[in-house]
Order: sequence, then structure tokens, then C-alpha cells
Amino acid sequence: MTFQSWMLWPDNVAVSVLLLAIVAMAFMYAARRPMHELFRALGHGLSAPLRLAARSLAAAATDIRFRNRAVLLAHGKQEVGQRIEREFERLGAIVTRDLQGYPTLQRKLLDEITKIEEDYKKCGEVPPPSPDWTEAVKAVANIKSTGNELVVKVLEEIKRSVANIHDKALTEYRKAYETRHRILEGFMPFWRSVDKNLAQVEKNVAALHASVSTVDAHMGKYEQISAGTDKAEHALTVSAFTQFAIALLVMTVAAGGAFINFKLIALPMSEMVGAGDYITSSLRTSEVAALVIIFVEASMGLFLLEAMRVTHLFPRIANLNEQLRRRMLWVAFVLLVTLAGVEAALALMRDMLIQDKQALLQSLATVQAAPTEGWVGRIPTAGQMLLGFILPFALAFIAIPLESLIHSARTVGGVFLIALVRGAALILRVAGQALRHACRILIRLYDIAIVLPLLAEQLVKRPRKRARADADDTEIQRTHA
Amino acid sequence: MDKRTFLASLPALALAPWGCGDARSHAHGVFMLVDTSGTYSQEASKALLIVSYLLGTLQPGDSLAVARVQSRSFSEKDIIAKATFDTRPSQANAQKRAFRDKIDAAFKNVSGSKYTDITGGLIQAAQFLNEGAAGTRTVIIFSDMQEELDKVTVRNFPISLKNIRVIAVNVVKLRTDNVDPRLYMGRLDQWKARVEKAGASEWGVVNDLDHLDRILARS
Repeated sequence: MTFQSWMLWPDNVAVSVLLLAIVAMAFMYAARRPMHELFRALGHGLSAPLRLAARSLAAAATDIRFRNRAVLLAHGKQEVGQRIEREFERLGAIVTRDLQGYPTLQRKLLDEITKIEEDYKKCGEVPPPSPDWTEAVKAVANIKSTGNELVVKVLEEIKRSVANIHDKALTEYRKAYETRHRILEGFMPFWRSVDKNLAQVEKNVAALHASVSTVDAHMGKYEQISAGTDKAEHALTVSAFTQFAIALLVMTVAAGGAFINFKLIALPMSEMVGAGDYITSSLRTSEVAALVIIFVEASMGLFLLEAMRVTHLFPRIANLNEQLRRRMLWVAFVLLVTLAGVEAALALMRDMLIQDKQALLQSLATVQAAPTEGWVGRIPTAGQMLLGFILPFALAFIAIPLESLIHSARTVGGVFLIALVRGAALILRVAGQALRHACRILIRLYDIAIVLPLLAEQLVKRPRKRARADADDTEIQRTHA
Repeated sequence: MDKRTFLASLPALALAPWGCGDARSHAHGVFMLVDTSGTYSQEASKALLIVSYLLGTLQPGDSLAVARVQSRSFSEKDIIAKATFDTRPSQANAQKRAFRDKIDAAFKNVSGSKYTDITGGLIQAAQFLNEGAAGTRTVIIFSDMQEELDKVTVRNFPISLKNIRVIAVNVVKLRTDNVDPRLYMGRLDQWKARVEKAGASEWGVVNDLDHLDRILARS
């Protein structure tokens, strides 16, 4: 088959092309309707599944959101419930500690008040004046002095007696007031005691009030969670993200600690399991053994904190009876201490191996280095041993951020999953629409390709249409007429 | 092992219990041929330097052998010292010390031989390395690479150095090389062709003793 085989006039390319175009146009014009239907069907067939998938994904996203919301609210409810429980326990402790002494305090206060009242009454007891005192004075005052020597003498005697009596009465009054002052002075310690006791009562009541306010706040949150409000959901989601970030940060720090720990024990482990075996091309068995020890330590820490009821990752441990739980706690603690001891010994061995290697290299070298003697040279050894002992305990605490990470990862992962599913739904929807429009464009392009026959069709159909319209108009006019 | 490797090794750790261990040998076997013929015997002190470098670099589980290249070198008697270091680092260090002492004693009084049988030494080295289980095998030839054989010694046959790296170290220029450097180049090219024909995985020349790390570095 040659290049020119398709040409109807092999000598004239233009005429051949034109003729072929006309033939093609004729065929395309004839097949216009089925082709349009084919394009439409194609557009529908391609876009419909995509739209269906998009709708399904959107529904799945909604489902996931509802499920996440339910889990988040349930978890939040449980957490806030536990916090309220703790607050009530704290409140109970405060009430037991501070208010259990209230009957005694009240009795004491009542006694003190009674005593003060009695003393007050005593203060109010003034010695009664002599009943005829004023009248006697009045009678004496009415005696007129005539200059009689006897009268003067009597009056002088009376004056002297009155002066004596006055002095005596004054002394008595002074004594009485002195006694009352002494009683009043005796009030002071009682007042102070009452004041102190009342201040203590005020302080206790204020602490109680503060605790009650915290409980109120938690109760408010609990109510919101129970009601399933958007505000509560948003607050819980934000809280989960914060927890996740913090836990991740702490876990990263812990990973750094684990790496240091690994460095400390990897070399000495080769003394135990040999340095020639490999798990992968770059991972020695001794390094794996060191990693295993670190993971065992972390697991022991996890069990220890679980048994201490600090974390709640294993319901089976939480459900153990008190005796078994205590036993488990001690077993985990003893194992952790043993492993820490082993690590300290390994750290010492590492130092010894490094020193041995250094000594060998120095003996092989042409220039000998001066050895570091004395306590300065022992500081790294001691430091390594100390680190080897402490790091397992420090690693034990990763159980707390691990628990936070696991719990918050559910929410964070859920949010990302929803975003992913929604994004996928959007992409599918856009793709479906694009395909539908592409098929419409294809129909238009098809019509453009056969524009000449279409124009011819229009030209043929227009006079016929006009004639039909004219005939209709005439018919209408006739009818009207 | 850096932090990235540490983190990357965690999945490998998970696979380890299912027996996904690496069965390949990661040990390094090194056979060093030291030319003690003629005037080259004066370079023995440099050979000690290389042995020290190897002892300091090889890891527990690796193997090292040092042999002389004399008039006829296809003999176990020419092996001065050989050791497969213990997998425990402390034991390996002790072995290395003993190895070094042995080498020191052997190179104290080196008498130059009349002929240089490098091919015989290579065959001996290949046999030693193939008998061992080392994953990486290296033959170090400390020589001027000028082979001189007596009339009865037969070495002009194909040899096998399959999967063995051959590194020529301290290939000094002879007086004749100085007159016509093409002789030196030609000698090295000839050895390269012969070694590669024998199936060696790598051929290299290290003349700068300040860069001994190139001896064990795989290209």
C-alpha cells in the first residue's frame, strides 16, 4: 500500500482531499444523530460513575465525621467525667479535712461567746448608790448657819463625815470600775480567738467555693458535651490537636533519649552476642539486641505506670484485683531496676572497650599520645554509667505521652481522613463534570466538522418552514373571517 | 549508626523475629603480600605501617593474613601471620596485639630474595581467601610489581581471582622506569589486564600512603 493509494485522483492531491472531505462530511452528516447520542451516552457513562463515587465519598465523609464526633464526644465525656470525679474527691477531702472540726469549732465559739456575754453582764453591774444619800445631803444643805458655835461644830462634823463617806464611796466606785476594766481586758484573748477561728472558717469556705467553681466549670463543659454542641466538639478537637502536638514533641525527645541509650549499649552488646552477625546489610545483631533491651525497658515502664494507674492503655491490667496489681507493679519495678543496672554495667563495659581500642590504636600508631590520668579521666565513665542507669527510668515515662498520642491520634487522624475523603470526592466530582462538558464540546466540534451540510440543511428547511408558517397564518385568518 | 539509620532500623527489628536475617557474610578477608625481594626489602617499614592500618581498621569477625613474596611464594610457609578476629571486640583487640607482635618480629630482619614470584603469592592468597567465609575479599600486593621468576618456576597459566579485589600498594618506580616511564605504565597495565582476566572484582593502585583508606574502600 503506497502513500498515494487513498487518492482518488493520484495526480491531484487537492481534488482528492476535497473529494474525500465531501464524502466524509456526507457520512458524518448522515451519522450525526447517532454520533450525538453516542457522545451524550459516553459523557453520561463516564461522568455518572464518577459523580456516584463522589456522592458516595461525600456520604462516607459525613459518616466518618459523625462517627468521629460520637467517639470524640464520648471520650471527652469520659475525660471530663473523670475530672469531675477527681474534683469531687478533692472536694470531699477538703470537706473532710476542714469541716470535720466544725462541731468542735462551733462549741468552742459558743463557749467563748457565752463567756464574753457573762463577762459583759458583769461589766454592767454598777454598785447601787445609798438610797437616802441625796436626801440626807439635801437636809444638811438646808441647815442654815446662824453662827452658833454648836451648829458650826455639828456642821463641821457632818462635813468631815460626808467627806469620809465621799472618799469611801469614791474608792468603792474606783474599785468597781477597776474590776470591770479587768474583766474587759480579759475579753481580749477570747476576741482574738474568735477572730482567728472566724478567719479560718472564711478561708476554708473560700477554698471550698473555689473548688466548687471548678466543678461548676467542669459541669458546664460536661453538660455541653452531653448536649453534643458544636462548641464542645470544636473545643475537644482543638484540645486533641494540642495534645497530639505536645505528645509528639515529647515522644521525639524520648526518641532522642532512646538513641543515646542505644549508643551506650550497642557496642558492649557485641561483646555478648558477637559483632559479626547482621540482620540487614547495615544492621548488626548486636544493635538489634540493644534495641530490644531498650524496648523491653520501655515496655516495663509502660506496665509500671499502668499498674500504678497513671495510664490506662491495657484494660486487663486496670481490671486486676488490688493484690495482683500490686504484685505486677513490683515485678515491673524490679525488672526495670535490673535492666537499669545491666545498662549501667554495659555503659562501663563500653568505656572499657573504647579504652582498649584506643590503647591498641596507640600501640599501632607511630606517635604515642599521652594518656589521661586521674579523676578527670573517670568523669566520662561515671557519666556513662549514670546515664545508663537513669535513662531506662526516664524512658519509662514515655507511657504517658504515648497514651495521649494514641488517644489524640484517633481524632487527628479522623480529621485528616475526612479532609482526604472530601478532597477525593471533590476531585471526582470535578472530573465527572469535566468529562460531561468534554462530551458536549465534542458534539459541537462534530457539528463544526459538518458545518457545510448543516448550512445546506438550513437553507433547504427555511423556505419550507416559512411556507408552512404562511399556510398556518392564512388558515388562522380564514378561521377568524 | 546515625540517628536516621537508627529510626530506619526499627522496622527491620520488627522483621527480625520472623527470620528475615541477612545470610550474607559481612566479614572482610584481607591477604597482604609483602615483596621482600632485592632492593624492595628496604620498604619493609612501610609494609608495617599498612599492617598497622589494617589492624586498626578491620572489625571483629574479619580475617587478615600477611605473607612474603619471595623466589617462590606458592607456599603456606611464606605466610607470616594469619588470624580471623574473634567476634567479641575485646578478644579481637588481644588478637590484633599478638598479630602485630608477630609481624614486628618477622620484619625485624628481612633478607632480600633473588626472585619475585607475585603470581605464586596471588594464587596462594586466592586459595586462602576462598577457603574463608569472608564476604569481601581483598589482596594487597605491597610490591614494585616487577615479577622475576627463575627458569624452572612455571606461572604463565590462567589464574582465578573471582570476586577478589586486588590492590597494589607502594608500587615504586625502578631505575629503568625513570629512564622510560612507559615501562612503569606498561607494567601496571599488564597486571591490570591479567588480574581482570582472572575475574577480579576490582583492580587498584595506591601509592600515596597518606590515603590508606582507599585500600579497603570499595569503588
